[in-house]
Amino acid sequence: MTEQGIGAAVARREDRRFVTGQGHYTDDINRRGQTHAYFVRSPHAHATLNGVNTDAARAMPGVRGIFVGEDMADVGPLICGWAITDVNGEPHKAPPHPALAVGKVNYVGDAVAVVIADTLEQAKDAGAAVEVDYGLLDAVADPARSMAAGQPQIHEEAPDNLCYEWALGDKAAIDAVFDGAAHVTSLEFSNNRLVPNAMEPRACVAEYDDGTGEYTLFIASQNPHVHRLVMSAFHGLAPEHKLRVVAPDVGGGFGSKIFIYAEEVVATWASARIGRPIKWTAERSESFIADAHGRDHVTKAELALDSGGKFLAMRVETIANMGAYLSTFSSAVPSYLYGTLLAGQYTTGGIYCNVKTVFTNTAPVDAYRGAGRPEAAYVVERLVETAANETGRDPAELRRINFVPGDAFPYETPVIMQYDCGDFAGSMDQALDLAGYGGFQARKAESKANGKLRGVGFSSYIEACGVAPSAAVGSLGAGVGLWESASIRFNPTGNVQLLTGCHTHGQGHETAYAQIVADKLGVPYDQVDVIHGDTAKTPFGMGTYGSRSAAVGGSAIVKAADKIIEKGRKIAAHALEASEDDIEFTGGNFTVKGTDKAMNIAEVAFTAYVPHNYPEGLEPGLEESAFYDPLNFSFPAGTHICEVEIDPETGSVAIDKYAAVDDFGVVINPLIVEGQVHGGIGQGIGQAVLEHAVYDSAGQLISGSYMDYTMPRADDVPNYDVGFNGVPSPLNPLGVKGCGEAGAIAAPAAVMNAVHDALRDVGVGHIEMPATPLRVWQAIQDAAA
Amino acid sequence: MYNFEYKKAGSVDEAAGIVGADDEAKLLAGGMTYIPTLKQRLAAPTTVVDLNGVGGLDGIAVDGNGVTVGALARHAAVAASADVAAAIPALADLASHIGDPQVRNRGTIGGSIANNDPAADYPAALVGLGATVQTNKRNIAADDFFTGLFETALGQDEIVTSVSFPRAGKAAYMKFPNPASRYAIVGVFVAQAADGVRVAVTGAGPCVFRVAEMEAALAANWSADAVAGIGISADGLNEDIHASAEYRAHLVTVMAKRAVAKAG
Amino acid sequence: MTVSVSLTVNGEAVSADVEPRTLLVQMLREQLGLTGTHVGCDTSQCGACVVHVDGESVKACTLLAVQAEGAEVKTIEGVADGDTLHPMQQAFHENHGLQCGFCTPGMIMSALDLVKNNPDPSERDIREWLEGNLCRCTGYHNIVKSIDAGARAMRG
Repeated sequence: MTEQGIGAAVARREDRRFVTGQGHYTDDINRRGQTHAYFVRSPHAHATLNGVNTDAARAMPGVRGIFVGEDMADVGPLICGWAITDVNGEPHKAPPHPALAVGKVNYVGDAVAVVIADTLEQAKDAGAAVEVDYGLLDAVADPARSMAAGQPQIHEEAPDNLCYEWALGDKAAIDAVFDGAAHVTSLEFSNNRLVPNAMEPRACVAEYDDGTGEYTLFIASQNPHVHRLVMSAFHGLAPEHKLRVVAPDVGGGFGSKIFIYAEEVVATWASARIGRPIKWTAERSESFIADAHGRDHVTKAELALDSGGKFLAMRVETIANMGAYLSTFSSAVPSYLYGTLLAGQYTTGGIYCNVKTVFTNTAPVDAYRGAGRPEAAYVVERLVETAANETGRDPAELRRINFVPGDAFPYETPVIMQYDCGDFAGSMDQALDLAGYGGFQARKAESKANGKLRGVGFSSYIEACGVAPSAAVGSLGAGVGLWESASIRFNPTGNVQLLTGCHTHGQGHETAYAQIVADKLGVPYDQVDVIHGDTAKTPFGMGTYGSRSAAVGGSAIVKAADKIIEKGRKIAAHALEASEDDIEFTGGNFTVKGTDKAMNIAEVAFTAYVPHNYPEGLEPGLEESAFYDPLNFSFPAGTHICEVEIDPETGSVAIDKYAAVDDFGVVINPLIVEGQVHGGIGQGIGQAVLEHAVYDSAGQLISGSYMDYTMPRADDVPNYDVGFNGVPSPLNPLGVKGCGEAGAIAAPAAVMNAVHDALRDVGVGHIEMPATPLRVWQAIQDAAA
Repeated sequence: MYNFEYKKAGSVDEAAGIVGADDEAKLLAGGMTYIPTLKQRLAAPTTVVDLNGVGGLDGIAVDGNGVTVGALARHAAVAASADVAAAIPALADLASHIGDPQVRNRGTIGGSIANNDPAADYPAALVGLGATVQTNKRNIAADDFFTGLFETALGQDEIVTSVSFPRAGKAAYMKFPNPASRYAIVGVFVAQAADGVRVAVTGAGPCVFRVAEMEAALAANWSADAVAGIGISADGLNEDIHASAEYRAHLVTVMAKRAVAKAG
Repeated sequence: MTVSVSLTVNGEAVSADVEPRTLLVQMLREQLGLTGTHVGCDTSQCGACVVHVDGESVKACTLLAVQAEGAEVKTIEGVADGDTLHPMQQAFHENHGLQCGFCTPGMIMSALDLVKNNPDPSERDIREWLEGNLCRCTGYHNIVKSIDAGARAMRG
């Protein structure tokens, strides 16, 4: 390890612009002649759209244009890019989703019209003057009710509001195992709906250059090329080469900025119509109703054990809420990103999973940090912890006897995954140490003496990251490949530009990727710049989500670096008058084996651009691109242990201690990776005890602002004790696995297992997320009654 | 925000004149509630009359009788005042837990009580200590000042100028915050006030209220145990996704008990 | 109808014509080009817009621009000493106290006000002080660590 190479805790280079206020987020961008868009949104969850009268609004000061759904007949509807095949072999139901509603609105926040004016306030003033004639319809917001007889039908294409029914596993065989099991643990619970809440609201600035026929879209996006592809191929806004998408500094994403939303489609389309750049920035209350939400499952789960505590089989039935329309990748989340992770870290013999996804009159639901895997980990780890209690076993021990053993890798699970490697027991041991598990009983006694309830909870999660092998996901319905690109460009003076198709919105790629390049090519770290987020600059790439940037994007960088070395070897061999086979490359120097004859890679680069003395037939220049398609998912895993203290009088849950030991394989920058773990845990704690997107029965979002949606604050969370137990992945050249989602995947179960452990002392058997003071207090009252 | 005319008042009389002549003109003090209201287009005033330029309204004076806080005194100033902390420590403590630091740096006692948000903290202090509200027209006892949900005894052209808190014996405030907004789900101020024991509850109902049974119990025996067994009815209490009426009723007892314990 | 506002921002006298309904944060961002101050909510809770007005931290989204007439305003752009980061900025960098950076200006401006009021804050003091500043990336761990380190550096 060099001082700034792979493994070094380099403080991030991108920090300087952010701590000095010099970042450039989308809303910071202003274009000459810019106008502002305001979207008129449905206040009703379900209504016919009988007419929109824009006459008065059009006459208002500053108004440049007002458009409704019918005006956009030439623009393709919003798409879902993953087609699930249902239990009957039929494709899922994907009802049309026009960018501006046509004929009907299906959730509160559904965009009905856009008003474009010289100032935002003018646009809002005019927006208030747009008269919409709604015909109110009954609404359904609860996923568990939406399929029931007599419920409102949202789309005629989807009878009973069913989007698809999907299953994995042999139900009859699993049922038979359950029939003969010594013990069955059974749970019913929901996985609470969340609002992503990246601190930077979604935003875009779209402009059309009539001279070149080119559109430029600045947008808070996690994947500018995916935006360009979809907006070109499906919405038909412009050919790909005439649409430039720039994702500048982006203030957090967590999945919510993957998707192609109505607003950027409308703004881009309208920018040519009005001949002016258009800016749209969501207000937070708009984000609450119009960003894709996360989670929202209702599940019945069962675990069958033999008398020795071995897990024989698991049976899971889930209803997942899709919201009013299918968002960009929504269909894959409760199916292939969920059911395939139900083996957890265990040798469970067989698994049957059945998922019904349903439409409701709520905002679309799609990937949010973890995307399907937090829901799966919650199912598995709540079952396991409950089984331990029901069978009188220590929860750590029950896990240990069921862990996939270290010598069983590669390990085929019953749910179509092949785990490459892992050390589940080792991470558990380390986590027990880090958590001070031995002192728990003493701490519990102390809490009791103070009138408090203390509990401890485990979560031995696994996730599939590094999305994803293109052929594999293609066979499961994905409409895209999930490889990644990198281009390494040496300049004649020896410094390097790395162009990546991934995108950083907080993950620190500008630092970590430069570390990879510096490490692999022996170039000084500060001589490497990382360029991303602009389709006019970087090679086509799939962007950043699913903890893929190191395992897939980083691997592409290594492949490109290998090509640079290969070419450099030829140039050096020629210059040093040696055979290529005799050239070694280490530490940035091409050396003739056994001699002190050497050439630094910077000199090689200069020679490549000034090829006076150069190998015959070799192209000049030193720039190499690589596209890397992963061989498999990667499988980060670990054990998190949480301790909570509950005030039984008020129901308040305090997260007192939190320890996490994770196997992320090789860690490129521990400072950054620890930060990713912290952030994920923070969001996981949020899900467990604070956050809840609540719709009432009429489909109104009750928790539609920070006044009612509880965001984790600094005093809601503890310091986290974080450790690593990395087993390098054999499947990618860096040995990395991915760290971005682990905390959010592990934490809800760890926290809720601790809450249940604490509440068991007062007779509470079950409590839902989020375990708010009201719910905890109510559960304690109910148990005492 | 809808547009409006902005006037910076130089005196209380000037401000009173403007709002007296125009029902749709509104006073602006700290603005911690009113500006968010304007931002969301939930109000459309003709004129916003800014009181912040009016001199002499932000003082904090302590004498033998008690503490007088000017209407424009910021929460942070009350919280940081050594004189207030010495005279009525519970008042400084309450002020130090209003909102967040930035709210405390701008928010004012006059604005807070004139707005009378059912979940605000100051109404509990005023009623709990038996304070008197001074306006440009009269003095109003706190018990008479808060009349209902976002309603006060203030007339259209009446402006709070200061609040006088009489010294008290033991006193303390305990709040159970809403996890999201951090406003009080229930806040209870208990005091051995100048005119007897007072127990004032904010957050639980549409408006601050006193709990006579607890006051009687504490007058007889100032101890947490004295109120621990006294429950209040959930009838008419607020309900939302964070707290049922029953839960609020329960928390009134718990917070009262803890406030007495905190008061010593 | 606009009103002229004159004030001092980061030590420089500036003036702008604004509507009465213009918020201080809008004037800073849109008219003065100081885009380091961010807007992350519309209910005055997230704290991404925190600046100092006359030496105290306030939410620039909850103050009308006209109310800042004559005031001394400091934004994140005015915190560093030329090319030298302020010790609090440096502490955020060294302790990885930021990820996406969107909440960071508000966090730093809030932290500086904390240290002004409480030069040696405990971890609990820091966490409670940050009630008005939301971060979605860091889980707060490294923000708290950064402010602790920044306060120490400022004490010298």
